[in-house]
Amino acid sequence: MKVLVPVKRVLDYNVKPRVKADGTGVDLANVKMSMNPFDEIAVEEAIRLKDKGVTEIVAVSIGEAKCQETLRTALAMGADRAILVQTDDKVEPLGVAKLLKAIVEAEQPQLIILGKQAIDDDNNQTGQMLAGLLGVGQATFASKVELAADSVTVTREVDGGSETDKLSLPAIITTDLRLNEPRYASLPNIMKAKSKPLDQKTPADYGVDVAPRLTTLKVVEPPKRTAGVKVADTDELVAKLKAMGVAK
Amino acid sequence: MKTLIWVEHDGKTVKDATLAVVTAAAKLGEVHLLVAGQGVDGVAAEAAKIAGVGKVHVADDAAYAHALAENVAPLVVSLMDSHDAFLAPATSNGKNIAPRVAALLDVMQISDILSVESDDTFTRPIYAGNAIATVQTKDAKKVITVRGTAFDKADTSGGSGTIEKVAATGDKGVSSFVNAEIAKLERPELTSAKVIVSGGRALQNSENFHSIIEPLADKLGAAVGASRAAVDAGYVPNDYQVGQTGKIVAPEVYIAVGISGAIQHLAGMKDSKTIIAINKDEDAPIFQVADIGLVGDLFKIVPELTEKL
Repeated sequence: MKVLVPVKRVLDYNVKPRVKADGTGVDLANVKMSMNPFDEIAVEEAIRLKDKGVTEIVAVSIGEAKCQETLRTALAMGADRAILVQTDDKVEPLGVAKLLKAIVEAEQPQLIILGKQAIDDDNNQTGQMLAGLLGVGQATFASKVELAADSVTVTREVDGGSETDKLSLPAIITTDLRLNEPRYASLPNIMKAKSKPLDQKTPADYGVDVAPRLTTLKVVEPPKRTAGVKVADTDELVAKLKAMGVAK
Repeated sequence: MKTLIWVEHDGKTVKDATLAVVTAAAKLGEVHLLVAGQGVDGVAAEAAKIAGVGKVHVADDAAYAHALAENVAPLVVSLMDSHDAFLAPATSNGKNIAPRVAALLDVMQISDILSVESDDTFTRPIYAGNAIATVQTKDAKKVITVRGTAFDKADTSGGSGTIEKVAATGDKGVSSFVNAEIAKLERPELTSAKVIVSGGRALQNSENFHSIIEPLADKLGAAVGASRAAVDAGYVPNDYQVGQTGKIVAPEVYIAVGISGAIQHLAGMKDSKTIIAINKDEDAPIFQVADIGLVGDLFKIVPELTEKL
């Protein structure tokens, strides 16, 4: 069984984003970039399914040439080969989903595992959109995956608790934080990953129109909170709570 | 503009999250609701009373019993010929369904909006709430999810919507519901609570979490939240998590106990009206956003505070 894992290169989650002074976006020059944390979880899950019928893992990334680094990371973790759809244009989730649909039709994977959201745009759309375009089942926010020959049973994190759904294959899964603990790539595996196949494509190869539908008019910093006060003891804190009407 | 809102409900009553969406949709034009489910006449009747609601479309069918996106999305699409925008709350169900609808309509969704600037322009948070983007859509039909804490809740009475049955679009047969485990809550729900007491890794274990955080929460009639560290360590279940990947809350008062204040946590609570931090590390980032800070040992401070309240 073949598994497709789309991965995105994003600003490292430990870096505090800085909004550009001209309001056009977030400054990404000379800052650390990494694989989106939810995508690491997706790659890890695909690898863990390898002893349960998965025979090949294909990692895909869409974006600038540097996304190759992200794909090499996926290969070093254990993916078998990679596809880079290279473009310097910004591709929205709808465009990404359309490109992925074309790749799915060419590669015929039984399972596609994506992160639930990218920590830059915080959209939480691509997996659902891809499932809609393909007309297949979707299990979003997965915390547990049980793969069978022709179906997959997924426990999902939902408001208030968890829900388990069963999907026939092919199917889409998007990962939540609790699904697994991604592995670190070892040095020998990082070296080996350099010789694994990485195909280079462009959006035009798939004949997909990825022109953006949304225009970002401006990006600003959120309103700053005014500096607070420190209180010395619980008596003072109780007094404050009472003044706010929170405590009687 | 005619808007259609997917109504979040539990089969019996309309969930609060929907009320904020009604307020957002009213800024765009005529407000219609979609109640999909099985045996939902009661929900539809309740929905029709929400202030400002025009029409309530009701789809009563077993295929919609568990809000599976595969079945609900085609239903929504079937109603979009006569509507200009589809809105859903940014809850786990809303986030699951809306993008599938957007893809079927070939439009780009606008996620988690904070404000409606005009018919086609909205603001939304990016980078864990560290930046706010103003985006304009060129799509003819709009698909939008709404952040519940960013809009006032519409009144649950005073409306006189007309109820109209709509034809079911069937079970697509690609997915099925197996079961659900919903945690029993004796306290207010996190996303609608006025006061939240949240605990972090510093609580050290589950017993401490329950014996220190919960009595304070109960004294204040507050909901209980947690940082990712506390959830990962198993002190409390996942759905207590406040943050970029958990719940987004904006209560009147948020009390962070033993939480350092990582950006992913702040993303979920920094719109709270008043933030109170209790932490023994006076350099913890949480103090940079806290209105009131108390530096000290939570194991001493919190029980003392509970006692004095």
